[in-house]
Amino acid sequence: MGKYFVVFRVSLAERMVYRADFFMSTFLRFIPIITTILLWRAIYDGADQTEIGGLHYEQMVSYYLLIMIVRAFGSMPKLATSIALAIREGELRKYILQPIDYLTYMLTLRCAHKLVYFVMSAIPYTLIFWICADYLPGWPGPMMFCLSVLTLTMTFCIGFAINSLIGLLGFWFLEVATFIHAFMTLQYFLSGHMFPLSLLPKSVEQVVTWLPFAYETYYPTLILLQKVSVDEALRIIAVQFVWGVVVGGICLVAWKRGLHRYAAFGG
Amino acid sequence: MAEIHVRDLHKNYRVHVKPAGLGASVKSLFHRTYKEVQAVDGISFEIEPGEMVGFLGPNGAGKTTTLKMLSGLIYPSSGSVSVMGFVPWQRKNEYRRQFALLMGQKNQLWWDLPANESFRLHKEIYHIEDDLFKRVHGELTELLEVENLLDQPVRELSLGERMKMELIAALLHSPRVLFLDEPTIGLDVVAQTNIRHCLQQYNQERQVTILLTSHYMRDIEALCDRVLVIDHGRLVHDGLLRDITERFATHKLLQLRFQNGRMPERPEEFGEVTDLTPPRLTLRVPREQVPQCVSHLLDCYDVDDIAIEDPSIENVISALFRQTAEQASDDVVVAETMNG
Repeated sequence: MGKYFVVFRVSLAERMVYRADFFMSTFLRFIPIITTILLWRAIYDGADQTEIGGLHYEQMVSYYLLIMIVRAFGSMPKLATSIALAIREGELRKYILQPIDYLTYMLTLRCAHKLVYFVMSAIPYTLIFWICADYLPGWPGPMMFCLSVLTLTMTFCIGFAINSLIGLLGFWFLEVATFIHAFMTLQYFLSGHMFPLSLLPKSVEQVVTWLPFAYETYYPTLILLQKVSVDEALRIIAVQFVWGVVVGGICLVAWKRGLHRYAAFGG
Repeated sequence: MAEIHVRDLHKNYRVHVKPAGLGASVKSLFHRTYKEVQAVDGISFEIEPGEMVGFLGPNGAGKTTTLKMLSGLIYPSSGSVSVMGFVPWQRKNEYRRQFALLMGQKNQLWWDLPANESFRLHKEIYHIEDDLFKRVHGELTELLEVENLLDQPVRELSLGERMKMELIAALLHSPRVLFLDEPTIGLDVVAQTNIRHCLQQYNQERQVTILLTSHYMRDIEALCDRVLVIDHGRLVHDGLLRDITERFATHKLLQLRFQNGRMPERPEEFGEVTDLTPPRLTLRVPREQVPQCVSHLLDCYDVDDIAIEDPSIENVISALFRQTAEQASDDVVVAETMNG
């Protein structure tokens, strides 16, 4: 494990190199939060009812804020692209040559990226949550807190596995940008990022709630919102675990099969 | 027992063929044509521990593909390989800790960080003991004279400096087997000499087995006694470098200086005239005619000085590659005629 700890440490150092880009990207991620809250305000003001999909404006805002927290764990910016690029441009070569497991290596990098992101965005998040404190549920009890930590960890694992799998398509397709774009669009809708899945027609909701996307973001958000019982939270985490194992397993198979096709062209 | 053992190794690629032009691009959306390319076509050789062997061949001959198979980057289509008793493409960590593949102009260091950070990462990845790391790191940085560049981000280094760092990264874990693919490509003469010197010293001290490809014959001449020559995926020569001249050089160069300014009126009768600057004459003479030609010249003219030389290895090898390329194109013509 020592080598992955050093990878983690070196990656932290590397993250600090492009300071301006880092601060800008962290800052820019908060702009959509504000615009979306304003958008929902306009929708509620224009509607002739106080509830949309059974949610008041305040509940919608709290849903949106907490889903941002969950997304911060599950989203993996540039992961799929960097894997596909490493395959296409030949950079993967160095990881095959060295006594290191590529996917564990990428997971370690991602942990370092996330740690830096959380540290850097702690202040703006605190500020926004302080401003919107009235809309949010109170602090969870110890049990719900532990379950929240667990569900966020599972969200991270599912997000990593899904994005890695898309990147590994690079073994079969020269260009995966379209896949990534289609996946991001699909995920935006199906994970509950755009709006709560409860707003969908019942028949559609039933289908969507079977997909891993819902367990990556939507259900964990319900746990953070304390909208579900402990039993339901445990069920959600169990299903998350199953999805993590299934997608992670497919990833490993794709990795092994992909290496048979790999020609190490380029780089 | 041989350190590297290769038996009847083949690698075929299926390559998408697309003629130029928009029409062909549209057509290829619906119907793709593939052709099978034999990058490596049944090569066999053995390399003993501590040997330093040159791997020569024109572009596209199959050198890099062979090195990729030996290092476990890609699977072969058929054949067997054993390196230090391991099958490379099984990619066992015990194997990966004992060899290195260095490809010129391709980096394995972290671009944005100082080389020292990457070296420390290598130390952990390869489980290098503290003492050994300090010793090898010290020796190599001193040998390559890069001590003052270790804390500078890699992206700010010149190509030559970066290549030296890459070489250090490849040698830090004291590999038993080293595959080098064009390690001096694009470097200036000083950097080339530096790297060559480092490899020479490293091989002498540690008896590392090295298989080296290079387009610079000086690299090969300086480092390797034995060479493997590969062309169109086939091994055309496996033996001493100097034997290449014996085997493939069809001519010798005769350099003559005549006394009294009296020279042959028709020097072309003796061989191909490559230089004629009275009183000097240089002739390219078929090897078997050299004794007869020399004796005739000495009998009939006052020769002040005479030198008989083999053509440079570089020239012999390029002639050899031209010859095999012509043969290959002849084969294609014959095959097409027969098919047609």
